[in-house]
Amino acid sequence: MSTPPLLETRALYRNFGALAAARDINFRLEAGARHALIGPNGAGKTTFVNLLTGVVRPTTGAVLLKGRDITGVAQAERVKLGIARTFQINRLFRRLSVLENVYIAVAERVGAAPSMFRPAGRRRDVVDESMRLLETLKLSGDAARRISELPYGRQRLVELAIALGLKPEVLLLDEPAAGVPSAESHIILDAIDRLPREIAVLIIDHDMDLVFRFAERITVMVSGAVFATGSPREIAAAADVRAVYLGQASRG
Amino acid sequence: MTEPVDHPAARALAERHRLRIWEAIPWLLALGFFFAFPKHLGFGTELLVTVLFAISLDLVLGYAGIVTLGQAAFFGAGAYTVGILAKQGIWHEPITGLLLAALVAAAVGFGSGLVLLRTQGLTLLMLTLCTMALLEEAANLAHDYTGGFDGLDSLPIAPLFGRFEFNPLYPTTQYLYVLAVLFVCFVFVRMLVYSPFGQSLRGIRENMLRMHAVGAPVRGRLVLCYTLSAAIAGVAGGIWAQANAYVNLGTLGLDRAATVLIILVLGGHGRLYGAFIGAVAYISLSHFLARIYPTAWQLGLGLLLVVIALFARNGILGIAAALRRPAHRAAS
Amino acid sequence: MTFGVDVASMLLGGVAAGMVLFIVSVGLSVTMGLMGFVNLAHGGFAMLGGYAIALAMRHWGFGFVSALVFGFVLTAAVSAVLERVLYARLYGADELDQVLFTIGLVFMMIASVTLLVGPENQPLALPSFLRGQLDLGILQYRAYSVVLIAVGVVIVAALWLGFERTRLGAQIRAAVDNRRMAESLGINIARLFTITFAFGSGMAALGGGLGAEFLGLDPQYALKYLVYFLIVVAVGGLGRVTGVFYAALLIGVLDFALKKYVPQGGTAFIYALTILLLLWRPQGLFGARAT
Repeated sequence: MSTPPLLETRALYRNFGALAAARDINFRLEAGARHALIGPNGAGKTTFVNLLTGVVRPTTGAVLLKGRDITGVAQAERVKLGIARTFQINRLFRRLSVLENVYIAVAERVGAAPSMFRPAGRRRDVVDESMRLLETLKLSGDAARRISELPYGRQRLVELAIALGLKPEVLLLDEPAAGVPSAESHIILDAIDRLPREIAVLIIDHDMDLVFRFAERITVMVSGAVFATGSPREIAAAADVRAVYLGQASRG
Repeated sequence: MTEPVDHPAARALAERHRLRIWEAIPWLLALGFFFAFPKHLGFGTELLVTVLFAISLDLVLGYAGIVTLGQAAFFGAGAYTVGILAKQGIWHEPITGLLLAALVAAAVGFGSGLVLLRTQGLTLLMLTLCTMALLEEAANLAHDYTGGFDGLDSLPIAPLFGRFEFNPLYPTTQYLYVLAVLFVCFVFVRMLVYSPFGQSLRGIRENMLRMHAVGAPVRGRLVLCYTLSAAIAGVAGGIWAQANAYVNLGTLGLDRAATVLIILVLGGHGRLYGAFIGAVAYISLSHFLARIYPTAWQLGLGLLLVVIALFARNGILGIAAALRRPAHRAAS
Repeated sequence: MTFGVDVASMLLGGVAAGMVLFIVSVGLSVTMGLMGFVNLAHGGFAMLGGYAIALAMRHWGFGFVSALVFGFVLTAAVSAVLERVLYARLYGADELDQVLFTIGLVFMMIASVTLLVGPENQPLALPSFLRGQLDLGILQYRAYSVVLIAVGVVIVAALWLGFERTRLGAQIRAAVDNRRMAESLGINIARLFTITFAFGSGMAALGGGLGAEFLGLDPQYALKYLVYFLIVVAVGGLGRVTGVFYAALLIGVLDFALKKYVPQGGTAFIYALTILLLLWRPQGLFGARAT
């Protein structure tokens, strides 16, 4: 008997009115994978991420984590089970310091957040873990600064730091370098490069350089359905993929 | 076990809840006022109750970011609890009476929060307003218990600890009693806002979507915060009824809700001491100006609000912090 | 028969009140829907407009109709200036800032009017052709209420046509539904905002004048009926002309009927109903479900 994949979807459908945003998606993400999800605008990539994280429930079909059906599990619970994500547009705590941003995520994970009767700073374990995480992302120099004072590229790194503070097994990166000026983009790319191998990463992106740099497996989505899956070489060589997608994406 | 990280940011976070020397100032001033102005203790009592009420609002508005126009619902719930129990001859003892007021207000907060806090923004604003208006109408209708429009006066409140009378003419007992209750509530709120729970409330205020994405039970936290805030507002209302020995529909009205909002924002919300500064500034000015030139006072107040909203978003304490910050940055 | 007459007269009175609610609230609905702005000063524009109309008739020799036009134009002009100079700075700001700003503005309006005109109620004398009773066959009814209903119907028809059939209306609808999309289509959003805001305030002024006969007109008007206007907008849905119309009629009739049959507790019933409704459909009874 083979071990089930880390994250799997079976015959996933999601309709918004007459629009089928997800059609019969059968998807597997293996442990430690470096997987990319590409597809033209409106292909349903964001819906798919929302289905995986539990923001949107499927019309039919199932989501499984390590073989366990989590289709009915709420968003917050899925985070606790090890699925974390970053957002395409920064969703940070803008008026809080970088350290506080990460502290909130770590405190939530270790169960410190509901505590009312002791100061946040007394949880040195949470403070220290947050600080170390910032060090690994080379953000500790900015730890005391407010998010709103940071350049955009470094804000994207905080996006990543918050997700890593949740110690995920599955990390969904929604266009991690979107909006970052090219002069700063290497700091994001380096950080993704250094992600620990025990985390399975799914990158959703348009940026072909980034996708082909990291991905060991690529899934192409078109109008809500999986169009092709394969190694980067197979995807790059597939004539039909090029026709529907890569050709249009030559701008990127 | 690994070594603690020694970094200025980590140290700042680890030590931010420590008491500062200047934090004694408001309490010393409040005590000083007691000895310096024995003739104005009624005014002082009103001021302290207002601070307490504004602190309750700061918890939901300043920390959790819930914009509510209905905070007076809980003030009124507390005030009417004390008033009805005393008038019906059921309960006269002040301290337990306050606990009952807190309990009733918390129940109202929990019940309404449970349903209201599913919504956000404009809808939530409307719902808080409607809930308060509904309570006001209900209080008006239950004439037999609440005295309707006229309210309940000459409430029989038992002496504090069985010894200290609440004398409306010489409100020394009231002043010290309110000061002590304010202190206890303040210590509680201060502890709350510096706790991990308080930190997660700030997270909800700053970005609710992200809080969902880090696995926080957002609605549960908000309801809890709303309930605690309601309880404190209930204490404020209850103690107001005890100190004045009356209660009326005004405790539940939009006027009171808007005033406390103005006071908090004037002082600076999300800053703990904003409630003190705002209440002192507002109550003193209104005490002297509003009586002599009520219309000019309203005009000036309106202008002040417009200016604050447009230019000084964080009130008096916000301006002070903004003035300090460039100096900080140059130093670091 | 008498019951039928009772119901008919109640409906007429309620619908007339509903028309006034609609005329005042429609601007509020559009500003909140279009600009996402919590404008608690909207009742203030109705109050200012009502004053302009009342003063124009009493002191400056205007007739009723020309005074209404005058009030509309003046209020629209004043609000356009305020929108450009002040409101525009707070688009996209926190709700709290918008709430504070507009509360401050209402206070200033109330205080200014009290200082300049006085705190007392301003009687608004209707011209003789609007006083008295009108024979409607089954019952005699106050001519003014009947005229109000007629005016309301004309206005809602005109607004509906303007909203659905003109270029400007299409632009507004597009901007309510998706502002970014509208901007990318080259619609001048800033100009659109000013025009709608001014128009909505002008309508509020009309409502202030037309409703003064039974809502009264004093400086506190600006806050006294605000909850009602907000309820109409919340029930009708943001940025929906027809939604606001139905909601205003519903609230108007309900309020009228409840005051008549349940003089105690009618208002509480409306609040309770609004709460339940908003919990059931946060986007209002007639608003589109947000995606």
